Amino acid sequence: MNSKEITTHISEAADSLNLKKWDYGASFSNDYSVQVDKGEAKQLKASQKQILTIRVWNESNLVGITTTSDISESGIKKALNQANIASDFGNKNERTEFSPLAKDPIEVKDSKKRNPVGIKKLLTLLREAEVKLLESHESIKSVPYNGLSESFYERVYANSDGSYRSYTKSQAALYLYARAEEKNKKPRSSGSVELGYGVEDIDIESCIKDASNKTISHLNYSSIKTHKYLICFSPESFLTIINAFSSMFNARSILDGVSLSNKNSIGEKLSTESLNIYDDGLHEKNISSSPFDGEGTPTKKLCLIKKGRLENFMHSESTARIFKTMPTGHAGLGSKVSVSPDWIVVEKSEENSNLNTSLEHSNYEGEFVYIEELNAIHAGVKASQGSFSLPFDGWLYKNGKKISIESATVAGDIKYLLKNIVNIESNQEVTTSGISPHIWVDELSITGDA
Amino acid sequence: MLSSQIKSNEIIFGSCNKDLLEEVIFYGIGLGADFVEIFIENTDNSSVLAEDDFITSVSPSFGRGAGIRIFKDKKDGFVSTNDLTKNGLMRSVSQAIEMLDITDNKKREVFNGLDKHRDYSLSKKKWINEVPSIHEISEKLLVSTKSLKKNNKIITRKGSYSRNLQEVIIASSDGTYVSDIRLHQTVGLNVIAIDAQYRSSGSRRFGSSGMPHEFRLWDHEKAANDVFESSMNMLYADYVDAGQMPVVLANKFGGVIFHEACGHLLETTQIERGTTPFENKLDEKIAHESVTAIDEGISEGSFGSLSVDDEGMEPEKSVLIKDGILKKFISDRAGELRTGHKRTGSGRRQNYSFAAASRMRNTFIAKGEHSKEDLINSISDGLYCKSMGGGSVGATGQFNFAVEEGYLIKNGKLTKPVKGATLIGEAKEVMPKISMCGNDLELAPGFCGSISGSVNVTVGQPHIKVDSITVGGR
Repeated sequence: MNSKEITTHISEAADSLNLKKWDYGASFSNDYSVQVDKGEAKQLKASQKQILTIRVWNESNLVGITTTSDISESGIKKALNQANIASDFGNKNERTEFSPLAKDPIEVKDSKKRNPVGIKKLLTLLREAEVKLLESHESIKSVPYNGLSESFYERVYANSDGSYRSYTKSQAALYLYARAEEKNKKPRSSGSVELGYGVEDIDIESCIKDASNKTISHLNYSSIKTHKYLICFSPESFLTIINAFSSMFNARSILDGVSLSNKNSIGEKLSTESLNIYDDGLHEKNISSSPFDGEGTPTKKLCLIKKGRLENFMHSESTARIFKTMPTGHAGLGSKVSVSPDWIVVEKSEENSNLNTSLEHSNYEGEFVYIEELNAIHAGVKASQGSFSLPFDGWLYKNGKKISIESATVAGDIKYLLKNIVNIESNQEVTTSGISPHIWVDELSITGDA
Repeated sequence: MLSSQIKSNEIIFGSCNKDLLEEVIFYGIGLGADFVEIFIENTDNSSVLAEDDFITSVSPSFGRGAGIRIFKDKKDGFVSTNDLTKNGLMRSVSQAIEMLDITDNKKREVFNGLDKHRDYSLSKKKWINEVPSIHEISEKLLVSTKSLKKNNKIITRKGSYSRNLQEVIIASSDGTYVSDIRLHQTVGLNVIAIDAQYRSSGSRRFGSSGMPHEFRLWDHEKAANDVFESSMNMLYADYVDAGQMPVVLANKFGGVIFHEACGHLLETTQIERGTTPFENKLDEKIAHESVTAIDEGISEGSFGSLSVDDEGMEPEKSVLIKDGILKKFISDRAGELRTGHKRTGSGRRQNYSFAAASRMRNTFIAKGEHSKEDLINSISDGLYCKSMGGGSVGATGQFNFAVEEGYLIKNGKLTKPVKGATLIGEAKEVMPKISMCGNDLELAPGFCGSISGSVNVTVGQPHIKVDSITVGGR
C-alpha cells in the first residue's frame, strides 16, 4: 500500500468511526547491511520496515494515538479504533492541534537519492576496507566493529485538513573500529564513521585512514593525574555536549520542568559574546535532513544562542501556542509530542575580542587536554541538573608532545563550561552530528588513575 | 473447525502453521542453506505516562513481522519483513540465500519436518484479559505521583507504566517448532527536586515478566517514599573528591556493573569479535574467590526470565564464575557454531527485525556470608554507592558508571551524601578486588541494549566490597 492509498484508507475508516479530525506520520524503509570478520562475511542483513502512527481527535477534541507496523486495511482500522479508545485519556490540560504551518510550502532540496548497490557490492567494499585497515599498521590485529549499510526510505505526514507531505531519501554509512595490541600493553581501540547519500558518496579511503590514525595515536598511552586542566574540545565532542544539554533550548523540556532554562530565559547570557549556536536541519552537509517535522511543520534554521545569549527555543505546535509563538519544525509525533534538535551548527560570532586566539590546537605549546570523543552520554549527563561526568578518548599535550590518556573522565557543569569558553577556533569542521570549530574551556576536572 | 486443521497461505496466530512453515523451510534447505530459522512475532503494547496530577500520554501500539535467518557454513544472512504470507516468507528466504551467494544446492542438509509443537503459550492466552486496563493503570499512576508530593521542593513528579505482550512462533530446520507468549510490565517513578541553586533527581523502576497481576500488587507508597528520600538526601550533597578508594556497592541495581563490565565479556559474541580478555580463561581464576556469578532465565516473574529463548531452546541456569573460576560463557546458536561453546538458552532479540544473539537474562553475583554493616565497617575511608545510574563499557573493556546516590564512608560509618561520582575501571582488574559479598542478594529489572537490540534483563547482587577503584568526581 503506498502513502496515497494509506491516506484514502485512513480517511474512509475515520469516516466510518465518525472521526472528523486525524493525522498520521508514516515511514517505509528498505535497509541492507554487511559485517565482516577477517575477510569473511559474518552477517548479511536486509530488512523491510513500515511504521504508521495515527492520531485522532474525539468529539471532546481530546487526542488519542496508536502506532503499528501492520499497514493493511484491517491494521489501519484497528489502529484508528485503538487511537479512538486512547483519546478518552487525552491530555485535557495541553490539547494538541494541527500545526498552523502544516500546509506551508516546504523546502525540498535536491534529494540526492542514490540507487542501491546491493549486498554483494557492500560485502566486497567492506572486505577490502577491512584488509586495508589491518594492513595499515602491524599493531592493528582486528576490526571487531565494522559495518557498511545502505538505506532507502520514505517519510510521510498527512492530516484531515488536506496537508500531505512526503519525501524519499537514501543514506549509506560505513563504520570501522579497529583494535590494536602491543606486547605488555593494554589493547587500544578507536574508529571512524562516514555517512553519505549512497555508498558511492562515502570516502572509504578516508574512513580507513582516519580509523587507522586514531587507533595508532592511542598506542602510546599513559594515565593522567586527577586535576583541573585547560581543555580543547574537538568539534565532535563539543557537539556531543551541546546535544546532551539541548533541553536548555527545548520548550517541551521547560514545560516539563526538566530544563535549566525557564519561560523567561530568552536573552539570558550563557556564554562568551563570541559564541553563536544554530539548529539548521536543512544544512547542505546534513545527510539526514528532513524538510518537515513529525507535525508537518517545515524545517528551518533557528538561532539558539546569539553572541552568547539565549535567542530562541525549539517548539512543537502545542509548546509554541503556550509560548505565544510559532512552531519551529522540531516536533516528533507521539502521544506526547517531543521536541529535539536536528543539526547543530556552532560558530564564532563577530564579537571575538575577548578570546585568547593563541589557543590553537595545532600549535599551542602549553599543557592542555584534548578531548577527541565523549562516551557514555546516557549515563554521565544529568541534563535537568546541568552536570556531567563523562569518560573520553583524548590526549594530554605537554611540552610540545602528546600522549594518549588511559581511562579518564571529564566532569563539570554545562553553564560553567559555556561561561568559561576561552577560545573558539576559526575553522569549522563537519561531523556526523553537526558543525563546530574546536572549542577551548578553562579549568575542567579530569579524573585519571595516575 | 479445529485449529490444527486450518491451512492458510498466511501465518495466523493461534492456529496451526506447521504446513506453511515446513514448506518455507524445505524451500530454503532445497536452495542449499545449511540451516533455516523462522521467527514470527505479534505484539500488543501500551504505555501510560502520568505527570504531576494528570495523565499526559497513553500510547498503544501493535505490530507483526518475521525474521528469517539462513546459515551457510559459519556465516548467516538475516532478512526481516512485515509480510507474513507464504509468498512473503519465501521471498525473504530467497533474499537471504542470494545475499549469502549460495549457488550450490546439491550438498543438501536433511530436513525431516518439524517436531511436535511445543506450545508454551497455552496457559498464557488469558493474560491479555488479566492485565490491568488503561483506566486502572491511570488511576494507580495518579495515586503514585500524588504520593510523591511530599514537600514544595519536589517540582516534577512522573509515573510511567509500560506493558509489552509478545506472541512468538519459532520454527527451524533442526525440527524446532515452538510457540510462546511473553508479558513484560514495568512501572517507574521519577522526581526532580529544586531548592534555590540546588537540584537533585530520584528514580526507581520495577518490572516483572509473566505476572499479569504484578502491577496491582506494586507497593507504590513504598516506592514513592524511596524516591522522595533519595532526592532529598542528594539535594544539598557536595561533589565527591576524585581518587582511588574502596567502595561498597549496594545490592539490586548495583549489579549493573557486573552485568556491563563482566557479563557482556562472557557472551560468545565477544569471543567472535576477539574483544573479551576472558576468551581463553575457562577454568582459570578471573575473580576473587568470594565471587560466584550466575546467569539464568528461570526465576519466576523476574524481568529477564523466559520459558523459551528466541531460538526455541529452554533457558538454563548457567554458573558463569564459581568461587572466582570462570566456568561458562553465555551462548546462542551462532555462538555455538562459531566458538564451540554450547548453547545456554540465551539467544535473544528485541523483535523480529533483529537476529538473535547471545544475551544475558537474570545475571547476578551470588550471596556471600557478610552483612552490609560488615562491609562498611571494614572501610576507614571510602564510598558507599547506594544507587547506581547507567554506564558503558568501551571496546577494550574499560567501564564507567554513574553513582546516583552516594555516601562517604569514614571510619566504618556512613557520613555525608555526595554526588557526581563515577566508577571507572576494567573488569579483569576489578573482579579480583571484590573481596566481600553480603548475604542480601536482590535483583532489579532493566533494559540491556546490544547487538540484537534492547532486551529485558535483571541485574543483581548482594552488597559487595571492592577493595580499590577509581572514583571520578570534581
